Order: sequence, then structure tokens, then C-alpha cells
Amino acid sequence: MYNFKIVTDWFHSLLTGVMPEWLAIGIECLIVLLFIILLYATLAIVLIYMERKVCAFFQCRIGPNRVGKWGLLQVFADVFKMLTKEIIKMRQSDRLLHDLAPYFVLVASFLTFACLPWHEGVQILDFNIGVFFFIAVSGIGVVGILLAGWASRSKYPIIGAMRSGAQLVSYELSIGMTMLTMIILCGTMQLSEIVNQQAELGWNIFRGHIPAVLAFLIYMVAGNAECNRGPFDLPEAESELTAGYHTEYSGMGFGFFYLAEYLNLFICAAMAATIFFGGWAPLHIVGLDGFNAVMDYIPGFVWFFGKTFFIVFLLMWIRWTFPRLRIDQLLSLEWKYLMPISMINIVLMALVVTLGLTL
Amino acid sequence: MNFTLLVTVVLTGVAFVALVVFLADLLAPRSYNPQKEEPYECGIPARGNQWGRYHLGYYLFAILFLMFDVETMFLFPWAVIAKSLGTTGLLAVLFFLFILVLGLAYAWRKGALKWD
Repeated sequence: MYNFKIVTDWFHSLLTGVMPEWLAIGIECLIVLLFIILLYATLAIVLIYMERKVCAFFQCRIGPNRVGKWGLLQVFADVFKMLTKEIIKMRQSDRLLHDLAPYFVLVASFLTFACLPWHEGVQILDFNIGVFFFIAVSGIGVVGILLAGWASRSKYPIIGAMRSGAQLVSYELSIGMTMLTMIILCGTMQLSEIVNQQAELGWNIFRGHIPAVLAFLIYMVAGNAECNRGPFDLPEAESELTAGYHTEYSGMGFGFFYLAEYLNLFICAAMAATIFFGGWAPLHIVGLDGFNAVMDYIPGFVWFFGKTFFIVFLLMWIRWTFPRLRIDQLLSLEWKYLMPISMINIVLMALVVTLGLTL
Repeated sequence: MNFTLLVTVVLTGVAFVALVVFLADLLAPRSYNPQKEEPYECGIPARGNQWGRYHLGYYLFAILFLMFDVETMFLFPWAVIAKSLGTTGLLAVLFFLFILVLGLAYAWRKGALKWD
């Protein structure tokens, strides 16, 4: 596989050749900033369009097809509409916290977004405690959601925020435990290292066989809940709570939460692709050297996005197929089923690894 | 370099939101109407205190979450070197998990996981 670090190193030496070190780092940081914002916005547009088309497909409709060819410009029109809507300030609300809440949600989303390994050598935040960092910063989003509901000082948002808080913290446990299971298999928390290993030894889901598949299934359920999407979309159950914690946000204030929700879906899917399906690592079958060589020619970006969008499609499929749960069902699913199962799964994986039963 | 990038990413998030809020402020129309500032309650005038009491169950789950989240935090260092620790480490963690499961079983038995 082609290592992108060559390009970045070359660019760095090019910059330091003509200017002092601090200026070069400043320019690189600026490029990173632009890269994140551009990719974030592009992915949001793609995901929203995809959600509408997939939803329409599952409901036997056509979906957006009026604005632009095949409705391609629909999302742009929506963004423009949101920007030109009046921002209503509530009389009783805590205005400072009300304005602050989107910052928390978006910063948490950006930080988790920056952890993803896009390709070998293309990763913004590559800590040696990568997975742990990912779980830690994704927790900041909960603060933003609770703040949004609380500061609105209206009944629907408060109930929505409370539900959302209970749901997010509960399912975070399962996310943490499934990732823990995979860390036992990999023996490292660094995301780039996890993917490198899979490029050499095969995807984790095959290497870890039974416990890995179990962990993946639990991750899919918990990840779906973590994104606040159906069948776990109680925080914003339209028929009961209007729009949940962002009921009192108008215009772009609502837009931020919407954006973060879609990107969190992508991040959740990308993390699943990275940890279970090898991120940018191509599919290799032991013994078929010709096949492996052909697979190596497909660039890592294509593998990464292919896997991620496949999982995004799965999550959309789940959303538009299952009816919504009740809050007590939701919490008992996590605490009485998923958590005990993932605890047993940790022990199972530890046994498999200690006895050397990995493939 | 990693921590420079961490600060950059945080600043990116803040700058993005601030920029879009600024843009929306520029483009958005303004019109005053006292009814717009009311909290939304399906059209009828809002009644009662919005910051009133709500279900205790949420707190209970938050406390339970705290316990188990700290537990997973303790397990992470073990998970990284689980392979080299071998059977000894596995037995130690099994004991640790056993105590935790006792805690969960206690909460379950006491009805902390029931929603009513």
C-alpha cells in the first residue's frame, strides 16, 4: 500500500526550506483546518442526500427530484434556507448556555472526526491511546445535548435532553466494552497501528471470529443508539416531543445539531470499519496471491469509504425498518442484555487470545 | 505535533460554529413579536415551571453509568497487554469483573433497572 506520509514529509521539508519552523507548522495547521471543514461539509451534504434517497427507496417513493438533476441541489437549497431563517431568542431561556451548546456538540464531533485513519499516513490525531481518546471526546457531545435542552427552558427540550443523556451514557458503556474487546485482540490502542496490523494479518472480524462478530453486532446496536437514530430516536421522537432537545433552536442553531447527528453517523460507521473491517486495509484471502495483488491496486481511500458507506447504508436500513422503542425497553435492552453479553464477550475474547485461538 | 493538532482541531470546531453563526446573523431577517419568545408547547400558552421536577430514573442510570464507566477505564490498560499477561492477568480480571457483576446484580435486584 502507498504510504501517504512520504507526501506530508516532503511538503514539510519544502516549507521548512523557505521559512522558519513555527510558520511552517502554522501553515500546516491552517491546511488541516481547511481540510477538516471541507471534508466535514462535503460528507454532511452527501449523507443527507443519501439518507433522503435511501429513505425514499425503503418507502417506495422517489425522493427529492425537483431541485437540480435528480434532486442533487436539494441539500444546498436547504442549507441556504436555514442560513436565511430568523434566529429567535427565547425570553426565559439561559441565553449564554443556549448559544454555547452547539459549540460543545460540534467540537466533540470534530475531535472524533479527526481521529479517523483515512489512509496509511493520513490521520490528523494519531495518539497512542487513540481508541480511549475517541471514547473520551465523544462524551463531550452529551454535555452539549444536555445543555441545549436545559438552557431552552421549555418542557419538550428538557424531557428530550434527559432521555438523550440517559440513552447516550448507557450505550456508551457498550461502545467502550466492544472496543475493549477488540483492543484485547490487537494489543494496542493506537488507531493507525490497529489498521496496520489488520493490513498484515487480516481483518479483525475474521481474526477474532466468534467474539469479534458478537462485538460487531453489539457495536452496531449501541452505535445506532449513540447516533440518536431510529429505532433509538426517542430523544427526538417527533410524535411525542416535537424535536426533542433542539425544539427551541431555529435556523442554523438547529442546523448544527442536524449536521452533528449525520456526521456522528458517519464517524460511528467509520470507526466500525476501522476496528472490525480493517479501515483502509484491502481484502486479502490467504493462498490466493493473484487475487490479493489485484486488491492491492485499489487505493486505501476507496476501501475506507466503501466499507464506511456500506455500514452507513446498513444503519439507514435499520432506521427505516424498525419501529421506535419505549424508554424502559431501551434502557433494559442496554442494562439487562447488551451489557452482560459484552462483559461475557470480553472474557471470551481474553480466553481466545490467551489460548492463542485467533486465526 | 500531536498536541498542536489537537488544539487546531478544537479551534476548527469553534471557528466553524462562530463563522456560521456570524453568517446566519448577517443573512437572517429580524422581526419582533412577543409571542415568538414564548416556549413552544403546541401552540397553547406555556403553563407551570419549565425547570420543574422530572423523573428520578435518569439520575439513577447516570450514577450506574459512572460506576461502570470507571470500571471500563480500569480495564483498558489490562486490555492492551492482555496477551503478554496470560493466565495470571486473566484470572485477576475475572475476579475484578466478578465483583462488578455482583454490583450490577445488586442494582438489578433492588429494582434500579426498572422504569416506573
